[in-house]
Amino acid sequence: MSRVLTIARLTILEASRRKLLLALAVLTVVVIVLTSWGFSRLPTVKGVTPAEVRGAASQLTILVAFMFSGVLALGSTLVAAPSIASDIESGIALAILPRPIRRSELLMGKWLGLALLVTLYAALSGVLEMIGIWLATSYLPPNPAAALAFVAAEGIVLMSLALLLSTRLSPMTGGVIALVFFFVAWIGGIALAIGQVFANDTIINIGVGSRLLIPTDGLWHGAIFYLEPSDVLALARAAGRARAGNPFFADQPLPLTYLAWVVAWLVGLLALANWSFARRDL
Amino acid sequence: MEAADAASLAVHTQDLAKRYGKTVALSGLTMSVRRAEVFGFLGPNGAGKTTAVKLLVGLAIPTAGEGWVLGAPIGDLQTRRRLGYLPELFRYQGWMKAREVLGLHCELSGMPRSEWKAEIESALKTVGLSDRAGDRVEGFSKGMQQRLGLGVALLGRPELVLLDEPTSALDPVGRHDVREIIRQLKARGTAVFLNSHLLSEVEQICDRLAVVDHGRVIANGTMSQILGRDGAVRVRVTGLQPNSRAALQTYGNLEDEGEWLTFRGLAQDRVPELVSEIVRQGGRVYAVEPRHETLEDRFLQLLKEQDQ
Repeated sequence: MSRVLTIARLTILEASRRKLLLALAVLTVVVIVLTSWGFSRLPTVKGVTPAEVRGAASQLTILVAFMFSGVLALGSTLVAAPSIASDIESGIALAILPRPIRRSELLMGKWLGLALLVTLYAALSGVLEMIGIWLATSYLPPNPAAALAFVAAEGIVLMSLALLLSTRLSPMTGGVIALVFFFVAWIGGIALAIGQVFANDTIINIGVGSRLLIPTDGLWHGAIFYLEPSDVLALARAAGRARAGNPFFADQPLPLTYLAWVVAWLVGLLALANWSFARRDL
Repeated sequence: MEAADAASLAVHTQDLAKRYGKTVALSGLTMSVRRAEVFGFLGPNGAGKTTAVKLLVGLAIPTAGEGWVLGAPIGDLQTRRRLGYLPELFRYQGWMKAREVLGLHCELSGMPRSEWKAEIESALKTVGLSDRAGDRVEGFSKGMQQRLGLGVALLGRPELVLLDEPTSALDPVGRHDVREIIRQLKARGTAVFLNSHLLSEVEQICDRLAVVDHGRVIANGTMSQILGRDGAVRVRVTGLQPNSRAALQTYGNLEDEGEWLTFRGLAQDRVPELVSEIVRQGGRVYAVEPRHETLEDRFLQLLKEQDQ
């Protein structure tokens, strides 16, 4: 276990030394300041009621959360896709692995380091953004902590997929494949929403399949649900077919069986990554 | 081989083979490296040298055969504490300082933290990087990175050090330094497995060596066993008839280059006898040059014989 922690520390240190954390921090602060300023304009609109401000703020919060989840998903893919592959290509792994360290310890150390970075970024950026929104509009979503947890989980899922691909494919190929899966899952989520509204089993099955295969969009919808105030939720439900295909709406919280599937999916994926890496000739 | 026998050796392999798809990288490598000896591993490009080293340190998985390193099956986790390895493709974290890279390897090898400082300083001093210890590796030249890699391989007083082309990026001074380091390792009882195609280097420092070609050992033994006790002699001669030339083959392996005849495997004390015989056959002798056979000569001859 100590060697896993050593590699995790090394992964975080590398992100810091390569100025990844600094760049993310600066850009995130800029984005939060700009979005908070934008939110602060809502109450100043002529003739707007507090209920309208609240409704608009809730929808904009979901959009901002989507932006952050996208940054997190794409960012974690770009960092994870080269993590094993580039160490092999460059030769760094050839010096480390003859030491008394299992390949699984190297892989899990990288995963742990990246998962901590993803969680830390989701928590810090999310909390700062929520504070900005609250200061600007006095609005807070019903359960921001749960929403941030789902956003972080989405990033960890995609990062883990990129890490698996990194054990066999070049950084570029692994990264592109992970991103294709991410966007296909997103489209699959929209298809599911349309299928549910129109009660079309074929479209529903396609959507459910994509959500099971790559759970990123499922987790995103888990986050959305906890960002929706009850009155907004009731209005959207009442809209019926008019809300069909809205990728920024979640009717229900994620069922526990789905969360159990995501955990099993993650465990299975990591087991596959370890199996793949252990059998690779370097 | 019994495990007890393998324990007395630094490395022992039995029919070790590696195949990448349809490509055979190593086809049945059988060899032994004794403890506290410098063992040279020679071969042309693509002979399977680096593949063999990767199998020994657990970077690649053999497709057949067996191997033991320091008495344990290859890849054994605990045994790796007692190994040092400099890869052919050496690269270290550019964002780290040289001292930090060495610290990381101390940590990964499970060395007690109290020993790190002394080990790191000793390694830096040995490879001549003490004054660059606080610099980031990304600013190092290739030669300096190779020195750092050598320092990494020396950490923790390993019982076996595997060096894969350890001087490929070094200048003549660096090569001399590496030879001295290898001699010091031998003096303190460390076995050194030197994978190199610099024949002069191997000739200077190795106790024993193996020559590999097409993934198989084609010769192995001490330097004198490989080179042979008998040398060669070149004779410049005219006036010999073809049948006379053929008769002279009894004196050694004859290479006929017109006026120049080279006799390989001829004991030096038989040279006067050879000259008398040439004269008796009607030849006129202009020059007699005893030749010391170099490792390069022998190496090329072995490869030629293998191709035939």
